[in-house]
Amino acid sequence: MSASETLPFTTAPSIDPYKLGHDGRRRRPDDGGAGRNYSTGHGEGGPASKRVIVAYGFWIFLLSDIVMFSAFFAAHAVLRSATAGGPSGHELFDPRSVAIETSCLLLSSFTCGLSAVAASVRSQLWTQLSLLITGILGLAFLAFEARDFMTMIAQGAGPQRSAFLSSFFSVVGLHGMHVSAGLLWLGTMMAQVFVKGFRAVIMRRLLCFNLFWHVLDIIWIALFTIVYLMGEGL
Amino acid sequence: MSYETERNFDDVGPGFMGSATSVGEGILGYIIGLVLAALLTAASFAVIYTNLIWGPAIPAALVTLAVAQMGVHLVFFLHLTTAPDNTNNAMALAFGVLIVALIIGGSLWIMDHLNHNMAPMHHGLTLGAAPVR
Repeated sequence: MSASETLPFTTAPSIDPYKLGHDGRRRRPDDGGAGRNYSTGHGEGGPASKRVIVAYGFWIFLLSDIVMFSAFFAAHAVLRSATAGGPSGHELFDPRSVAIETSCLLLSSFTCGLSAVAASVRSQLWTQLSLLITGILGLAFLAFEARDFMTMIAQGAGPQRSAFLSSFFSVVGLHGMHVSAGLLWLGTMMAQVFVKGFRAVIMRRLLCFNLFWHVLDIIWIALFTIVYLMGEGL
Repeated sequence: MSYETERNFDDVGPGFMGSATSVGEGILGYIIGLVLAALLTAASFAVIYTNLIWGPAIPAALVTLAVAQMGVHLVFFLHLTTAPDNTNNAMALAFGVLIVALIIGGSLWIMDHLNHNMAPMHHGLTLGAAPVR
């Protein structure tokens, strides 16, 4: 064994000990057809595949987005009782509407996951269908949120009424803007999948869109818990 | 030694359906996640709109349920695991959680103290957070 410790690759059961070529045996089912090239890197095995690098980079972006949201959450938590004599959350929030919005977003996260499964087996029909349902649920979420906002503003409880309402409209509106941007992205992804098919670059974009959409739902968990439910309890 | 040579050196990106080998398995994972998340959401609403939980314990119960549901989403929707090929993703998430905890916890802590130490003001002008129940 001492020889193999100085020459670490001699025990590898491969005719390609330095992994200079493609190694199909190690390809993952979720590779998105990107394949692997062990020859381009520096050191053992080379760099990670482009799919891993893109997904990881997007993960870092999403975490920084979550950090930005946390600043808005902190502002809301600090200003929640600063109602300046105006209405509080308990008087304004409609629990039915919040429950419907939560259901829409959770179900859209689920169908978005189904689109990832469908895309992994290159099913154009099921990918488009599940993405379409995801988009409809996202639109429904936005419609209910917009209706809530209009009702509040009509009652004179707009963002300029109190510090509490400013922070409320900021954090909920920021999430709503993310959902709107996600819907635009979703529409372009449906078109791209339809026109270009499941080539590697499209698969990477679909993966990033999936991450984005799931993270929006995670942020909504914090939103309905901290802003709506705790605001209701106050 | 054999562990070192047979180990898979590939990392896994976030969102990769690593363990699922068939369509059915992949869908099943999402269904489990959906059911668990729906149960936890329903529990959160039940905490507020029923009298199941003792009043002062409600914020703690809500936070616990929310953290649990975030965990469900991370595991079943984002496919985050603690496996060695997921270390980078989990470490990045841990760093994000640290920063979020510092920002939210630090803001509440400081503003609460400021609020207590502030000279009495007109009721409507109170800026800082009142202690949560």
